[in-house]
Amino acid sequence: MTTLVERSRVLLALDRVRDPELDEPITTLGFVASCHVSAAGDVAVRLRLPTYFCAANFAFLMVADAYDVLAALPEIRSVDVVLEDHFAAAQINAGVAARAGFVASFDGEAAAELDELRRVFVTKAMLAGTDQVCRPLLASGTDPASLAGLTLGDVPESPELDRLLRRRSELGLPVDAAAPLLIDPATGGPVAAAGAPKYLGFARLTRTGIEANTGICRGMLAHRYPEEEQG
Amino acid sequence: MYEKNGAKYFVVDSHMHFWNAGPDNWVPGAEQYAKGWIECFHAYQSLGPQETHWTIEKFMSYTEDDLMKDVFEDGYVDVAVFQPTYLKEWYADGFNTTEKNAGLGEKHPGKFVHNTRFDPRDGDNGLAELKANIDRYGSIGVKLYTAEWNNGSRGYKLSDPAAYKFLEKAQEWGIKNVHVHKGPTIWPLDKDAFDVSDIDHAATDFPELNFIVEHVGLPRIEDFCFMATQEPNVYAGLSVVIGGLMHARPHFFAKVMGELLFWVGEDKMTFGSDYGIWEPKWQIEGFVDWEFPDAPEFADYPRLGVEGKKKILGLNAARLYDIKVPDELQLPSATPAAQDDAKLVTQ
Repeated sequence: MTTLVERSRVLLALDRVRDPELDEPITTLGFVASCHVSAAGDVAVRLRLPTYFCAANFAFLMVADAYDVLAALPEIRSVDVVLEDHFAAAQINAGVAARAGFVASFDGEAAAELDELRRVFVTKAMLAGTDQVCRPLLASGTDPASLAGLTLGDVPESPELDRLLRRRSELGLPVDAAAPLLIDPATGGPVAAAGAPKYLGFARLTRTGIEANTGICRGMLAHRYPEEEQG
Repeated sequence: MYEKNGAKYFVVDSHMHFWNAGPDNWVPGAEQYAKGWIECFHAYQSLGPQETHWTIEKFMSYTEDDLMKDVFEDGYVDVAVFQPTYLKEWYADGFNTTEKNAGLGEKHPGKFVHNTRFDPRDGDNGLAELKANIDRYGSIGVKLYTAEWNNGSRGYKLSDPAAYKFLEKAQEWGIKNVHVHKGPTIWPLDKDAFDVSDIDHAATDFPELNFIVEHVGLPRIEDFCFMATQEPNVYAGLSVVIGGLMHARPHFFAKVMGELLFWVGEDKMTFGSDYGIWEPKWQIEGFVDWEFPDAPEFADYPRLGVEGKKKILGLNAARLYDIKVPDELQLPSATPAAQDDAKLVTQ
């Protein structure tokens, strides 16, 4: 077991941790400030965000998710994940280290854990992913109403489709080849042909929103941590 | 007034500030929040063109002379609307108060509109302060920052009963325009603080008030646009959209503009520079020059012409604030739409 191998394994695990709002791994977003693994298997990860006031609930999810994927790795002796330069860093770091949950970490400030919040944002990611899959079909002349008649099996294989299937799976929505391509996330039912243009318009809008936010967040992070390499 | 290619644009900067965020104004014990807030704003400035960036020292404490030069002398603005943000838990005299704004505004009659604010958690004292500000400064607009920290509270919703009481009184005392700005905190903290559904409720229940959602609900433009299709009295404030995206992310700027034109429409979009985050000059010049990239992914969006740009840069806000526009700067045919003649996008 070499440290080098361990570090790449740790970073690979962190690839699975996403910013819930931006639906992108914290590694590619540049949120992992440093990552160290000792020969004995002690992992220390520092996380950073685009602003001091990034929302505490999303920050908590990223720190907690990072902790969980690392703690699940075999042959790891200890895990230390620390969020830096953030207004709620002390509460988040202490809460995650104690595996206390969000409500206990923010005593009196939160009414529930973050499962519902996460679901809201996976739903947005699913809609945005639907636009990614449908956009080429629309560009090649398929009209919106007939997309409502397609199943997942009708759509060519692509990385965008794989991603959409993963998001649908996370929401408990059907992913089999016979399942409808356009699906109502609230009911799990198909979208009617008449409702398809509005549905697809909202999917496009949702994707635009996520992409614009990602652009702003990247710019803010670059200003906050200029020319710093991931350590 | 800005003139380009023979077209003249009356410019209302409907969202700008005169703040003091220097260390001399930081509340002892809350320095980290005061510093964190202004550094966050300063990072936004970095999304504009390099030559318009300021040092953090100037950014914390720009002067009256800076503002008058940047906004009016160099910035083409005819009338600017002050939008206060108090944050008195972090800034001893407030970050950007009605009084501080008016202190400058009263030296330059006709140049500024003095909006005020309220916080529904301030109770009867807050109502009395609102009334006094309206009487003293003639405010017909308020700016609400729902994520403001107040005595251990991390924020409020516009649909809270206390907020409704303030909205009722504000309307009774002559307020017409409510600018809403969402922030990262709220109670309970497990909910999405940027969610705009509370504005939807308030806009339905106060149909005579106009709700201008600043930063078009960013980072939730999808929720904002969906709401705006259903509420005739909801407007899109473009602060941050132009400043934060047009230069730094032109591709996404075009997509966001396309979505806003599609869902909200040019009659209900208003320019705001967000000064001192960004100077208005480059934003106005760039916006007048801007057009959709010639690519298939933008083909579905409604086009924006000279008339639409005139509405967005000034005529829509002039209507909201009863600002007199010289005849030569009006649109030749119609007047820009206020909510009573705005068409809802229903597709």
